[in-house]
Amino acid sequence: MADTPITIREALSAALREEMRRDERVFIMGEEVGVWGGTYAVTRGFLDEFGEKRVRDTPIAEMVIAGAATGAAMAGLRPVAEIMTINFAFLALDAIINHAAKVRYMFNGQFTVPLVVRTTTGGGKQLGATHSHAPEVIFAHFPGLYVAVPGTAYDAKGMLKAAIRDDNPVLFVEHSTMLQRRSPVPDDLDFTLPIGKSDVKRQGDDVTIVTYQKGLEWSMAAAEQLAKEGIEVEIIDLRWLRPLDLEPVFESFKKTNRCVIVEESLPHFNVGAEISAQLQEHMFDYMDAPIKRVSAMDIPLPYSRELELMALPSADKVVAAVKEVLGG
Amino acid sequence: MAAPNKETLLDWYRQMVLIRRFEERCAELYQQGLIGGFLHLYIGQEATGVGAVAALREQDHVITAYRDHGIALARGLDVNALMAEMLGKATGVSGGKGGSMHLANRDLRFWGGYGIVGGHLPLAAGIALKAKYNEEDEVVLCLMGDGATNIGYFHESLNLSAVWELPVVWLVENNQYGMGTSVARASGATEIVQKAMAYCCGPDGRGMAVGPRLDGMDVIAMYDGISEAIEHARTKGPILVESLTYRLEGHSMGDPQRYRTKEEVEEFSAAGPIGRFRNHLIEKYKNIGSRLDSIDQEVLDEVEAAVEFAQNSPDPTFEDLTSHVYVD
Ligand SMILES: Cc1ncc(C[n+]2csc(CCOP(=O)(O)OP(=O)(O)O)c2C)c(N)n1
Ligand SMILES: [Mg+2]
Repeated sequence: MADTPITIREALSAALREEMRRDERVFIMGEEVGVWGGTYAVTRGFLDEFGEKRVRDTPIAEMVIAGAATGAAMAGLRPVAEIMTINFAFLALDAIINHAAKVRYMFNGQFTVPLVVRTTTGGGKQLGATHSHAPEVIFAHFPGLYVAVPGTAYDAKGMLKAAIRDDNPVLFVEHSTMLQRRSPVPDDLDFTLPIGKSDVKRQGDDVTIVTYQKGLEWSMAAAEQLAKEGIEVEIIDLRWLRPLDLEPVFESFKKTNRCVIVEESLPHFNVGAEISAQLQEHMFDYMDAPIKRVSAMDIPLPYSRELELMALPSADKVVAAVKEVLGG
Repeated sequence: MAAPNKETLLDWYRQMVLIRRFEERCAELYQQGLIGGFLHLYIGQEATGVGAVAALREQDHVITAYRDHGIALARGLDVNALMAEMLGKATGVSGGKGGSMHLANRDLRFWGGYGIVGGHLPLAAGIALKAKYNEEDEVVLCLMGDGATNIGYFHESLNLSAVWELPVVWLVENNQYGMGTSVARASGATEIVQKAMAYCCGPDGRGMAVGPRLDGMDVIAMYDGISEAIEHARTKGPILVESLTYRLEGHSMGDPQRYRTKEEVEEFSAAGPIGRFRNHLIEKYKNIGSRLDSIDQEVLDEVEAAVEFAQNSPDPTFEDLTSHVYVD
């Protein structure tokens, strides 16, 4: 079947619709998922097709959205709960981390939690400090939970379908400024991507860039600029923060001996911190330069367009970091 | 609802004595250092747990907080496996990974004890949603302490159960304190069932029912009251019920109990649920004393055998340490 170019939004919609048609136990719950059609229009038309039983609008109550979805999953349904944005998932931390991620272990395997919590992440829309986080790394700290961070329509569809079919709880993080990005996606109803596999998005011999989601865009743009100067970067898209697949990163690093990690989250204890620790632990003999991290600045995000752009990473910042590890 | 016959009443008596002896033995084992962590005894609240759980049908569900031993025993979990869990053994109900606060048996539809105050309330809503979604005639009994009615989870869960008309009996075990803070010092409403009024009386009379305040020291009153509540939940929707009870021991082991007087405890102790029920049985049935005595002895032996079983059980292994974090 031909791969049709569609947007991330369409890919997410298609994944949800296909999985709901395939499995009666799959249902959606969250704020504005039904009548409104989804805050980001991902579930537009779902209420008409699937009805109120399977497309459930909830009160504005993140603790019980995540907690009740967890209970329903434990009892045998396959909920896809939506938390409008990841900023509001802070209210649901206990339900997600203490309950969804832990009940299986705590009760020695008696319970299974086939839950997906979908949410959107990211700044860059002048929404100010409370609404501009990219804190998915926090959730990746905890065993028992998977964290998905797709950066293309292809990945979004294959990963969401895989997450819904998997028996473990998954926090599925979508970037709110990338929903219109388009790429070819298989129409195959059984197209899924493996959980916890990173992906080489660009090949190159000079520097390894490890990134995901919005960082992928900055890195791809940086790669084009750098190529004009004869510098070829290899870009590895993590796609999942847990399980974290660093094999392709290690393989690439053996070749480039240099690494830049690019992400939108804050610098303190971030994804880059974990990856640089692992590189020095496992790849010390291959290391030719200090590892460099590009992330948001260590401040709450401001409202002003100018200030926000200053605080966030950019292709230029990635270019500068790559040149720095090349000793330029 | 049929009035319980003599054998049923004797079984309730046996359960209440079993809980009392089990808890006393746990306290000793704790003093000896064989039980670790937090240990919250159910002493004083036996009539509430036994009467409420007796009202459940086989297909119904029960879930509670960390003060869970009594509920587990009343639901018929194996005494040996419960004692083994206290001692952290591989043969424990949660394989030694849950401990006193996290007992469960999925087959018996006992969804566990939960250590985070209020954390299990949304799970109860989710389990009830499963029943409703699949059009199954099942009710969830969710027990909680008075202290739990002040936490956000309580309000979000009760509200959702009202909006979605979920078959849940919310049962507050009002033992008058949350740790050292009395109800009057922690709750705007001191008649806790009144909190249901905030979520009652939607369109068509839909919503949360304001249930009765039951005598939690009277096992028969508890059975009758919860039986009616279950009928309400099955046919009409959620209901909030309160049991007026008292915790005769400290909040957990090592509680200096500065928040209440010895006289207060003695008063409740004299009117304790087991003595009261024993007197009731002796008045009701001639010559039953020797039956009760032999039940007392059987229970002592049963608990002793459980301690022996637990002590002779193997510790969990390294393999157990890492199992059941995820579904493989
Ligand atoms: C969210 C949360 N906050 C605080 C605690 C510490 N804590 C454990 S039990 C308890 C008191 C709860 O009282 P209540 O709900 O009345 O139950 P009871 O112990 O009386 O059975 C507190 C504050 C906790 N476990 N979880
Ligand atoms: Mg209490």
